[in-house]
Amino acid sequence: MSDPIIHMENIKKHFGNVIALNGVTFDVRAGECHCLLGDNGAGKSTFIKTMSGVHKPTSGEIFFEGRPLSFDSPREAMEAGIATVFQDLAMIPLMSVTRNFFMGREPRKGGFIKRFDLDTANSVTMEEMRRMGINLRAPDQAVGTLSGGERQTVAIARAVYFGAKVLILDEPTSALGVRQTSNVLATIDRVRNQGVGVVFISHNVRHAMAVGDRFTVLNRGQTLGTAVRGEIDAGALQDLMAGGQELAELEGSLGGTV
Amino acid sequence: MTTDPGIPADERIKSESLATRLMKRPELGAIGGVILVTIFFLITADSAMFTLSGIMNFMTPAAQLGILGIAAAMLMIGGEFDLSIGSMVAFTGLIFGVLVVNMGLPLIVAIPLTLLAAAGMGALNGYVVIRTGLPSFIVTLAFLFILRGASLVGLKLFTGGSTQLRGVRDAVAGDFLTPIFSGDAFGGLFRWLAGRGIIDSFSSGAPKVPGIPVEILWFIAMALVCTFVLLRTPAGNWIFATGGDDNAAANSGVPVRRVKVSLFMLTACAAALVAIITVIDAGSTDARRGFMKEFEAIITAVIGGCLLTGGYGSAIGAFFGAIIFGMVTIGLTYTDFDQDWFQVFLGGMLLLAVVFNNVIRKRVTGER
Repeated sequence: MSDPIIHMENIKKHFGNVIALNGVTFDVRAGECHCLLGDNGAGKSTFIKTMSGVHKPTSGEIFFEGRPLSFDSPREAMEAGIATVFQDLAMIPLMSVTRNFFMGREPRKGGFIKRFDLDTANSVTMEEMRRMGINLRAPDQAVGTLSGGERQTVAIARAVYFGAKVLILDEPTSALGVRQTSNVLATIDRVRNQGVGVVFISHNVRHAMAVGDRFTVLNRGQTLGTAVRGEIDAGALQDLMAGGQELAELEGSLGGTV
Repeated sequence: MTTDPGIPADERIKSESLATRLMKRPELGAIGGVILVTIFFLITADSAMFTLSGIMNFMTPAAQLGILGIAAAMLMIGGEFDLSIGSMVAFTGLIFGVLVVNMGLPLIVAIPLTLLAAAGMGALNGYVVIRTGLPSFIVTLAFLFILRGASLVGLKLFTGGSTQLRGVRDAVAGDFLTPIFSGDAFGGLFRWLAGRGIIDSFSSGAPKVPGIPVEILWFIAMALVCTFVLLRTPAGNWIFATGGDDNAAANSGVPVRRVKVSLFMLTACAAALVAIITVIDAGSTDARRGFMKEFEAIITAVIGGCLLTGGYGSAIGAFFGAIIFGMVTIGLTYTDFDQDWFQVFLGGMLLLAVVFNNVIRKRVTGER
């Protein structure tokens, strides 16, 4: 296996007297999908914000492509190749897909007055979306007319196009229907095959099992070890996420449906 | 668009007709409005309204308002309001008047200084909005009063107690820049046209319309430049993004603060331009200059298709919005109606435009 692109070792993060992360170890390699699973409040959000440069860890080390590194801002992390697709997607519904795709990074042409090269932008957008399996009606279609899954795909395609080496997806499937979820999971698979390391954050074990190569469970701010695909089943992951016994009891009373 | 055979098209998305596509242009409402108003006055008004001199008559106030309205539209697309535009006209008018009359500066110095002062005050507006995070509505409402009051105090200070500063026309007479900011352009062309009998002329042979008032040219130039910036430059994309969702825009690397401050500077400079043009034209400045113009500018922008929530609108729309405004204001004098119907008409237009825009927005975003 290749060396990890990013390796986080024993990360701790305290907010005043609240310990949000208490020793998290996590890495992601090129071309794999590493799922980070955890229930609400487990520290998933804090962890991805640490990874994407929003927070600085209280202690612990981050290695990026083998070198120790610390990001001072999300901008720096982005420039290094760590792209994060947050749940709000950073999409503007009233603007066209193209304008969203290139928002803040518009291609330019022309001499004295630099124009926004819309022709290039439109054709790139159409092409990138097609590669992700979405046939846009037109590149000037407003993002507001797209479904949740399609918007997610636009956000992922944008991150990949702008050179993401690591793509962090914050619960990309949590608000989606069955069909859209499978589309997003297929997108994750495509991105992985292009050699991008995907960090897939979820609390849905089934979605994670569908695409994950490795699984790390986060519970109460700590990682409880990493399992490789095939070594662990959904039930065991579910139990780890819930911290064991409570869910077993609940499952008993609900007849094993959770 | 070519459809990729590998990906099935969604059968639930109907292909769009040209009419639907046109419906989604923000300026459609304003263009429709111009057509409606034109038909209304063609029926009710004296035919003199649509002669060359009649058109210049309503285009002049339309242009003066339109310069403000287009700037207000740019700012509204960027997600903010500027209620201090009207007072800014009075205050920059005072600055300009003092520079040319009291200090005797030539226009080449006085105009840049006036614009610089306006840009500074616009930047202050923007800076306060960004730093406090308060709605620009409130911040610029404060500046509406601050600048109006300051204009009054300043006028008294520089004139020794009067609320009118006179003598601008004498001060700028003969300045080589005066023709760019006042009077009529293309006089030669109009005389030639009159000589050939293409346009109406007086018995002396002089054309009835001496030329195109310069503010109309400024107005057209501004509409073209702003439309170009909005639709064809990265800065335009930033303006839409900032108004659509400033948080998402900032996360995507758009310099949101710089965009907002620049737009506040733009509205202030547009106010200064209108002040310079109207002060030279009137030959004096007073404390009531630009009164209520902030609201008229915002109405122009809204009739032009801007959403109050930002992120959507057009400069060309505001251009037509201003023409509607000019036609209604002046047009009523050509009819048998009482001229004071103008405000009723305007309020009705505004209401209609807002309802219409709301429907359009729902169509664009596909929300139900």
